[in-house]
This record gives sequence, structure tokens and C-alpha cells, in this order.
Amino acid sequence: MVAESQQACIVGIGQTEFSKNSGRSEQQLAAESILAACRDAGISPHQIDGLVTFAIDKSDEIDVMRSLGCEDINYTTRLPQGGAASVTTLVHAKNAVESGLCDYFVIWRAMNERSQYRFGQPSISLSPDAHSSTFMEWCFPFGAQTPAAWEALSCGHYMNTYGVSSEDLGKISVTFRRAAATNPNAFFYGKPITLEDHQSSRWIVEPWFRLLDCCQESDGGCAILVTTREKAKDLKQMPVPILGAEYSMLFNHEIISDFYEGDLLNNDLALRVTEKLINKCGMAPKDTNVAMIYDNFTPQVLRQLEGFGYCGLGEAKDYVADGHLELEGKTPLSPNGGLIGEAYIHGINNITEGVRQMRGTAANQIKNAETAFLGSGVAGAILGRG
Amino acid sequence: MSEPKKAMRPDPIPRIDSNFFWEACRRGELVIQKCEPCDKLWHPPRALCPICHSSEKVEAKMSGKGKVLSWCRQVRPPSFGFPESPWVILVELDEGVRLLSNLEGESEPQFGMRVTVDFAPTSGGKAVPVFRAEA
Repeated sequence: MVAESQQACIVGIGQTEFSKNSGRSEQQLAAESILAACRDAGISPHQIDGLVTFAIDKSDEIDVMRSLGCEDINYTTRLPQGGAASVTTLVHAKNAVESGLCDYFVIWRAMNERSQYRFGQPSISLSPDAHSSTFMEWCFPFGAQTPAAWEALSCGHYMNTYGVSSEDLGKISVTFRRAAATNPNAFFYGKPITLEDHQSSRWIVEPWFRLLDCCQESDGGCAILVTTREKAKDLKQMPVPILGAEYSMLFNHEIISDFYEGDLLNNDLALRVTEKLINKCGMAPKDTNVAMIYDNFTPQVLRQLEGFGYCGLGEAKDYVADGHLELEGKTPLSPNGGLIGEAYIHGINNITEGVRQMRGTAANQIKNAETAFLGSGVAGAILGRG
Repeated sequence: MSEPKKAMRPDPIPRIDSNFFWEACRRGELVIQKCEPCDKLWHPPRALCPICHSSEKVEAKMSGKGKVLSWCRQVRPPSFGFPESPWVILVELDEGVRLLSNLEGESEPQFGMRVTVDFAPTSGGKAVPVFRAEA
């Protein structure tokens, strides 16, 4: 255990608007969101001394420093595994400040993945290597060329085994869009959907995913500032402590194309992360008051609800149908509308929502929320308040 | 070989550690990397055997028979390089190894469906393994 004064706390969050065409560079989005996080906290960007983003983020550390005037960086790293890495950033942030390596550590992600390139389309520049997530070599010549297709191959056996219907998935989208409809920062603010809307949306991957089972493609940036509890005393916001942050990548697993290992039913990665969280911080995800779980595609929500221990194997569709994920439910999920309803800033906008929930400042604030769970497949974290 | 018309299918992406796999397809053989000392099969191919760490890799010829574990068809956007988006299947070979492929022929995919390997040409004159429903 680290001394309480050294405990990692989130003290700043920042973001740009979420759109389909930002009209400016990804570098600009990165700089703006980091500046916003620093101003939220009350530090100068000159003080930033640690940085983490995703391996596939196209903005650049040197240019971030150049734009923000960061004077002396002690540590930078980039993480593999795409959006599954979103919560892994907190593992690095926690270790960087609790070890004393960094005092003001920044997590950022910025992308024009709707206006400049599209995550949902086949990539035109192909590397055969896993490029931190999927071995394209074994998918591309067979016409499985999009994240939706890989996810469908990973989830088809699960859906068939437990009788998960398209309507079951639709209930998840309806829940997310209902929350987004009352979140002014959400791209789909004021635009709820019905189950009928979901059922009449076009197929993306037959016979598993419709358009409204998919997260958005978005332009935007998000940033998070982490420091120690001691240093947080001098800053503007109530600190949001990172009570636990754990990661698990298991042998022979890929990320979205995760079908070479295991029974294709159990979510081995999330199960392991849950064990580690319980061991390290004595709390299970289901015991928190609100959750943000990575929703790239609707079946992934079901498989993570099971992996993170909210319900048993095969039970997630009933857990959803019973209303537990609604804002007034037992374990409300993604009150910002998630990546389906708010925006797809690769999961980082779910972390900023977790922070708002702990501060008590969210658009759809869960009353008396004391703890929040953040999950993204291979990683999980629990936030507290005060 | 199936697909008598001019093939549009994308070529395999060349990679040193897996060229043996695609070269074998051109000869009409389905082979999988095997660790010589511990006799284990590994796919996708890799630099070392993850159990004994030997780099003595040999090509093991497969029976070409297996079953469908999962399947889908990417319709939006349509699969690049195909006149019509194909059925993509996750096959578990009888030898226990899994690989992605396509189901060709008239049958629609089913979970657990028995399939047999065939080979399809690609636009640049290479070949990939595809499967058909077992007769």
C-alpha cells in the first residue's frame, strides 16, 4: 500500500466538442483537450511531466510539448490494443504518480476518425502484424476487414449458445441512447431511439449486428490529469482517487479478433481483471454505484457484464432486460450515453464521465454515487470520491 | 481450384514468418506450423514455440477437415475485393487449430457444420484455403 498522501487522484478532465467533422487537426484536438484538463485542475501545462496515449494515436508527444510548453517530461508511453487499452491508461497513471516518477501525469486521446479516416471501414494501409490488436493477415483475404466483422466472429458462438436475439441487443442501444438524449455533450443529445428504430436499422454484419449495435465514429479529444493526493490539496477540484486499476492480457488472446483461444463463451480477460481488482482493492465492479463499460458493439457489453461479475455466464441479456443498467437501476451503466450515444473517443470519454459522476457534476448524475467502475475488456479501474 | 473467373480476392499480406503457409496453399496443401521437439501445432504462426521455446519449426500437413465455430458476413461496407461479400467462418480443424476462412458453395453456415478444405486463387496469383460443406 502506498501512503495516503501519495495515492493517485484524478484532478483534471478536459475535452473538445464531439462531432463528425472537427475542422481542425488531431494535434489541435490533443492540445486543446490537455489544456482544458490543466485549467480544470488549476495547473499550468508547463508543469506536466508524464504522458500516455494509445499506440495508434496520430498526435505526437513532441508536438504536444511544443504546443503546451511542457518543460521537462520524465516518462511517456503508448499502449497497445486500441480501445481495450482505454482503462489501461489509468494503470500507468496510477503507477507513475504513486511511484514518484511523475507529479502531473496526462492521459490523452485525440482523433478525427470520422472526417479524416474511418475506423469502421477497411484500412487501406495494411500491416500484416497485429498492429497492437489484430493480425490483419489472417482476416483480410477472407473479407473480414472491419472491427464489426471481427467482433461478430468473436461473439457469434456466444449469441447462438445463449439465444441472444437482435432485440436483446437493441435494448442495450435504447438504454444508451436514452441516457445520451439528456446529456448536452452527447452527439445524440435529444435523439433517443426505440427498439423499432433499432430493428429497422440496416445490417452491418449479418446476421449479428445492425447499424444501431455499433458505436459512433467521432471527431474529438479527451484528456485526464492525475497527481498525488498531497499535491491535489493545492488544486481546484475535489480529488477523485483511483482506488484500483488492473490490467490482464492472457496468452494467445487477441483483442477484437479474440477467437483463437478459450471457449468463446467466458470472457477470460475480464474475469481475470475482476479477480485482480478484488485482490488489490477489496472491491468488485458490481459493488460500485455506477459503471462505464466499453461499448464498441452491443454484444461486448453483455460479455463484459459477465466477465466483470455483474451476472453469471449467459445471464447478461436478462440482466439488461430487467432494467438494472438504467439510470434508476441497480447498477446504472454509462449515464453519458457511452460510446454509442455520447461519442467514440476510444473509451477515454467514459473515463471523464466516471470522474464527473464522482464529482457530482454529470449531466445524468447518479444520486449518492460514491464509487464508479470503469471497464474496457483487458482493464478495469475503480474510482472513489474525496 | 474453385472460382473459374478472374480472381479479385486480395492477396495474402506477405510476412516472413508465415510465407510457408501461403506457399503451401499454392501447392494445394493446408499446412500448420508445428514445433519439432514438442509436436504442438501453432496458428497464427510465431517465431518460437511458446512452450519449449524451440525455433525448430516444421510444416505439418492437415487433414483439411474441421467444423464451423462461428461465422458472419460483412455487408456494410461490403468486403473489399469480392464481387459479393463472402461467408466468413471460424474453423476448428480436427487437429485442434483454429483459422479464419470462407464457406464456399451453396450451403449456408451452421454452428458445428462439418467442412472440408479447398483452395481459392487471389488477384495476384496466390492462393488461400477456403472450405466447403462436407459431402
